[in-house]
Amino acid sequence: MSISVETSAIPSAPIIRPKTSKDDRTMIAFMLVIGLYLIIALALPLYAMLSKSFSTYSFDLSNFEFQVDKGEGWSEPITALALNENLNVVKPEELKTSSDGRLGVTAFFPDFNFRSPTKYRLRQIRLDSSFLVGSKRVADTEWHEYESNQFRRIVLRPSSATGLENFRTYFSTPALFRSIENSLFIAVLSTIITVSLAFGFAYALNRSKMRFKGVFRLIAMAPILVPSLLPGIALVYLFGNQGMIKGMLFGESIYGPIGIVIGSVFFTFPHALIIITTALAISDSRLYEAAISLRASRWRTFWTVTIPGARYGLISAAFVVFNLVITDFGLPKVIGGQYNMLAVDIYKQVIGQQNFEMGAVVSVVLLIPALFAFSIDRYVQKRQVAVLTAQSVPFEAKPHKQFDLICLCYCLLVGIFIVGLIGVCQYAALIKFWPYQLSLSLVNYNFDVMDGGGWASYTNSIQLGIYTAIAGTILVFSGAYVVEKTNGFFATRSAFQFLAMMPMAIPGLVLGLAYIFFFNDPANPLNGLYATMGILVICTVTHFYTVSHLTALTALKQMDREFEAVASSLKQPFYRLVSGVTIPVCLPAILDISIYLFVNAMTTVSAVIFLYSPDTALAAIAVLNMDDAGDVAPAAAMGMMIFYTNVVARLIHLLISRKVLRRTQAWRSRESVAD
Amino acid sequence: MITRIFKKSALITCIAAISMFAFTNPAFAVDLTVYTAIEAEDLKRYAETFNKEHPDIKIKWVRDSTGIVTAKLLAEKNNPQADVIWGIAATSLLIMKAEGMFVAYEPKGLENLDPKFYDTDSPPSWVGMDAWVAAICYNTIEAAKYNLSPPKTWWDLTKAMYKGHVIMPNPNSSGTGFLDVSSWLQMFGETGGWAYMDALHENIARYTHSGSKPCKLAAAGEIPVGVSFAFRGAKSKAKGAPIDIIIPREGIGWDMEASAIIAGTDKLDAAKKLMDWSITKTAMEMYNTAYAVVAYKGLAKPVKYFPPETLSRLIDNDFDFAANNRKRILAEWQKRYDSKSDPKN
Repeated sequence: MSISVETSAIPSAPIIRPKTSKDDRTMIAFMLVIGLYLIIALALPLYAMLSKSFSTYSFDLSNFEFQVDKGEGWSEPITALALNENLNVVKPEELKTSSDGRLGVTAFFPDFNFRSPTKYRLRQIRLDSSFLVGSKRVADTEWHEYESNQFRRIVLRPSSATGLENFRTYFSTPALFRSIENSLFIAVLSTIITVSLAFGFAYALNRSKMRFKGVFRLIAMAPILVPSLLPGIALVYLFGNQGMIKGMLFGESIYGPIGIVIGSVFFTFPHALIIITTALAISDSRLYEAAISLRASRWRTFWTVTIPGARYGLISAAFVVFNLVITDFGLPKVIGGQYNMLAVDIYKQVIGQQNFEMGAVVSVVLLIPALFAFSIDRYVQKRQVAVLTAQSVPFEAKPHKQFDLICLCYCLLVGIFIVGLIGVCQYAALIKFWPYQLSLSLVNYNFDVMDGGGWASYTNSIQLGIYTAIAGTILVFSGAYVVEKTNGFFATRSAFQFLAMMPMAIPGLVLGLAYIFFFNDPANPLNGLYATMGILVICTVTHFYTVSHLTALTALKQMDREFEAVASSLKQPFYRLVSGVTIPVCLPAILDISIYLFVNAMTTVSAVIFLYSPDTALAAIAVLNMDDAGDVAPAAAMGMMIFYTNVVARLIHLLISRKVLRRTQAWRSRESVAD
Repeated sequence: MITRIFKKSALITCIAAISMFAFTNPAFAVDLTVYTAIEAEDLKRYAETFNKEHPDIKIKWVRDSTGIVTAKLLAEKNNPQADVIWGIAATSLLIMKAEGMFVAYEPKGLENLDPKFYDTDSPPSWVGMDAWVAAICYNTIEAAKYNLSPPKTWWDLTKAMYKGHVIMPNPNSSGTGFLDVSSWLQMFGETGGWAYMDALHENIARYTHSGSKPCKLAAAGEIPVGVSFAFRGAKSKAKGAPIDIIIPREGIGWDMEASAIIAGTDKLDAAKKLMDWSITKTAMEMYNTAYAVVAYKGLAKPVKYFPPETLSRLIDNDFDFAANNRKRILAEWQKRYDSKSDPKN
């Protein structure tokens, strides 16, 4: 069995093969239910999207037939194909087009003159395309007669087929494929910066005795509480041409790579921090004691104990940040200037040109990093061994004046960066008209007279947040448990893990569009979900599945499989183990997941922008709409409303955590064991 | 135990279903789902004015920017959710018409409208309400800092002094951007139009994704000159922005907000009532409070902050030309300016 391979790196405990077949059956049932959810909420919509990327459009010249009357009666019918073979006016590559393609017909008649008395007849032979007279669509197979002045206004429409044509077009358009390079550059750079910063922060929180840890923990989570557009707005207020401190950029423009990277670091920081903190939170004190007794330097201990212990978390965090940056569209849209990135290209194709097929192609290109991330993740995971074994002793930091001071200063700098950007937004929200009327006013909070659904959108968002947090946490944790703790079914578990990793790579816009194609299909029995709060919840849970899944997985991984072995040797059913040990041990992670889902449901824009209905307008979308309509200050104001709501949610989370953790996490601290 | 819970929940579901049925069907009211890109602040006013005459029809708005609503409508093509479109760009409606998405209907009183404001086919598939027109938003304070003089024509913007001081929307992501490009091609001809854009490109600081953004940026002093549309400029000016709205002499491109009935609606009667009402004098006066140009002949009153020459400078916009050449124009634009627009080149 695979377990023996996985645990061979350390002296393994005797493996007791669980014989509880009833448990196995329950687990399979679980896996099927959650697997089914992921298939419906993810795989099938993506399949709908994928097939869109292969649906091509071209002019089928053999389908159109002409007759000409120059006053001597009608000529024999001749197809456009035959005409083109003689004249060669339309080159083969011009026949390939998009769904909105139009091809004028006068080119097939070199002697055409719109003043001549010549009459023309046109029909299509099969029903699979159409032509337009002016803007009027003709889709039957009858002959239609036109004067030459009408005839010049006729354009042929393409018929659809399946093929790789869209991909060929994509890779032969430099403006499009250059975005790959740009996106990779921005994502790699932001990942390196964010993961380094977040690791330092997590290290300070976990391994020092510095003061104000609670405050820093709260501040570090702040960026997750606002939509990703918001740092963009703040950066414009700071470094734009009218910026408060634009001199600090030494003449460089904030619109472009600089702005995107700064904003990306801001909004991905908490995502990385959650994962790395979870990885650092549980570590075996015995290893550090061993290091000290071996007289290893702090530096050496760091590289040989700390980093290897947190390795899995670091790698996960890197993939999460990389994918968040490469798929985000809000930030580059606000501050990216001319710098083309893949996610913005999707926006341009879908919103600007209504070219869904090309949007789907760019999305498929964006999926490649995800596949790459998945394979590396699998590879690393195979080498991962449980850090927290049944014999582990939790690590407790000891005071160290100099080190604690360095940690404090570092956290302070990061904290100023985060609080600064958010503070600028709040300031912007209260200013009447930047930069010309600097008086303070609450006029920007009068949302009901602005775009985006007013205050109702705000209450809708809170509802969405609560539903998403409850449904999502149950689903995600069960899913992670099934993947991590079941035996056998290797292929099923891999498939499941694959599905769970996918959402991170799916740009929200694409997921939203995929949902329209899939759920709004009249033939789909789930059609009734369309335009309800239900579809928003499903979409949001799915969109944020990966990070929650990784958090749950990281927490579960730190629990040795020996727990299962012990439980089964004591003839305890798995649910006793889950409710008695696993859930209490993982409770910090579970609470983190639920708050993560809540705040993301409050802040997400791209995933739900195609899915909301009149009754389910959302606050974050209101931010986007107001910004788009030029009401930047109200956008910042609504963004700050989202922020404060999330702050309250986090405070509630903190209170619950305190109360619950005191009951369930006492074992982590040596001193309190005696209680 | 389980069966008891099941029975109980079945009973609750039944009660809920019955009560929902009872509540969602108040006497004879029709819910009409209307897709729109009208400014949000106008929505309530429009619906209230409409309900004064038609209290039995309740409008359920789905509002978003033009690009998003258009994409949404096209994506929902095979299973439309909308009953009526009220206030979406005619250029977008032409794409949908080519997909056969509308019921052609001639609303009562069509003869009162300027013929360039409705579909040339009879009966028309769509009917216009008002026009939104291109304009230059010119920030006087920022311009003074750079010693700029106000442009009077489109070609003025290609002068060396404006280098790096002009922003316009990217036609590949913004309808307003496309409106500008197509109007230049129609006014200056194919060769002249591209020559103009080549020259203009040298002065452009950057292209934005949204059509209102250039004016917004000009209003906020981010850039002295923003190529945008007049409505946005007037709105910013009303809020106290130090901008002038300039209508270039050569003429200006325009698009209209228009309405249409979606094929497949099961509320055709209510939809027709809305279409009829949307072109009444009352409705047009309502549009006129914010839009200087409306479809109703001889009705429009001047709107504050709109330059008086706006109406006379509208070009004779060929919407079919714009729709039929859109793909080609956008591809050409992208080839010329978008691939060059990376900062490193």
